[in-house]
Amino acid sequence: MSTVANASQGLNKDLGYKAHSIGGFRFERDEYFAHIFYPGGRHLIPVDAFLRALMRDVAWGFFYGTVNFDNVFGTVNHYGTVEMFVGLFNEAYRGSNRHHVETFESKDLKKVFDEMLDDWTNEGFDPFAAPDETGLVFGPKKGNNTAAIRRQRLVADRMVGLPGDLTFRTDPQNRQLADVPTDKPGVFAEPGFENDVHAFNFFDYLSRSDVTWNPSVVSCVKDSQFCATTEEHILPITHGNDRVEWFIQATDEIIWDIDDRGTGKPRSKVVMRAGDVAAMPADIRHRGYSPKRSILIVWENNDSTLPQLYASGKVAPYPVEF
Amino acid sequence: MSSQQTYFGSLENFQKGGVEVIDDDPKHYAFSNVFEVASKSKPYEKVAVGKNLKYVIEAVRAEGTSPWFAAAHDEAALVMDGDIEVHYLKPDQPVVAEGKEGTVKLAAEPAGKKMGYVKVRRGHMALLPKGSAYQFRNAGKPGVLLVQTILGENTVEKWADICQVKA
Repeated sequence: MSTVANASQGLNKDLGYKAHSIGGFRFERDEYFAHIFYPGGRHLIPVDAFLRALMRDVAWGFFYGTVNFDNVFGTVNHYGTVEMFVGLFNEAYRGSNRHHVETFESKDLKKVFDEMLDDWTNEGFDPFAAPDETGLVFGPKKGNNTAAIRRQRLVADRMVGLPGDLTFRTDPQNRQLADVPTDKPGVFAEPGFENDVHAFNFFDYLSRSDVTWNPSVVSCVKDSQFCATTEEHILPITHGNDRVEWFIQATDEIIWDIDDRGTGKPRSKVVMRAGDVAAMPADIRHRGYSPKRSILIVWENNDSTLPQLYASGKVAPYPVEF
Repeated sequence: MSSQQTYFGSLENFQKGGVEVIDDDPKHYAFSNVFEVASKSKPYEKVAVGKNLKYVIEAVRAEGTSPWFAAAHDEAALVMDGDIEVHYLKPDQPVVAEGKEGTVKLAAEPAGKKMGYVKVRRGHMALLPKGSAYQFRNAGKPGVLLVQTILGENTVEKWADICQVKA
């Protein structure tokens, strides 16, 4: 990434891509980069990384808390409105008062992001896929891949596979999870109890996910949500928590870089292997690296009052004291 | 097809990771491993390995036949190791007060109607439906369950014993 203080007024290149604007922000792309123009200058992000991050921000509805595209640019979800920022969570930008923040209605920013994602995603490039599974996005505009970017985050009401709830996946197993057993549990429900006596092959369900770093809700206990996902390569964003969340590593290994949420200063590395459980405190940001496609459960508390509770200091940023 | 092998972990074979501190306290992450916790637990002891205000996830050593349990809300059990049956009953009378949270351990099998059972093994997830009573049965080698539920009278919290405390 690179940030230029004396930004030009535009790229003056006709590669077939449109410029997209909202408020004081204007987004343009060329063969290799997304250019983010803002009242303080211009910030550049490699376009493949930008589109992978944009895909998650759009698909997750701006997610819980902060979605850092890199250590300069990102969004903060206020659940109805969204802050879009340059340098807000970067100590050097804040220290020199070079940061810039604007607030938008969520629906307005989502519309701009949706259009930009569709316009800038070329045929053959899938921003949800691992790099080894997709084509390149560089160069002039070449078609689009609308079907790939319209995939929705899946949310079970109670549990995957129950009558009227999320259905099982029929996609083939991913190439790196092809050894996951596909056997079905034995379910022997007495007549009248088919909606309650229920089990499914959770690992097999995950092995058929055609997206990476995209948690989908598989089971719920009130506001407690098991959000399961398959991970490969690098989490395309650095997630800044507005609440405690937990990771349960179901298979293989992920290495997490943990930085301070506000400044970006490194705090820890967390190495998680199958069976490991770890909290992600409410005052950190994290980015994961998964050398092999792995199965991760992101455990969330969906209580809508939590961001305010944590922000006000009424609850500690750490889940347990001992 | 990829030649890469998926690593699952089990009671007998797990490789725990950990917190590598740069400028932090490892206790902030409450880092543990469900296989390690279950390897040191009593059968069907419900040890919290995750806590998010009132919600918990519990590591449970599935060995032999469990007591009968019940809850006034749904719960879910993910099998991390072993071959386990879950048997369900619909009690004739409610055995847990409406609104009570967490798993309740029943003194004995309640009178009620058989709902059926499921046979689950590693990677399978079973619903533990609200308003039912259920019992785990495992006649084979010990297994491990991860239970998604709410903090209750049977949740065991022993964080200092199970979590990484030193950098």
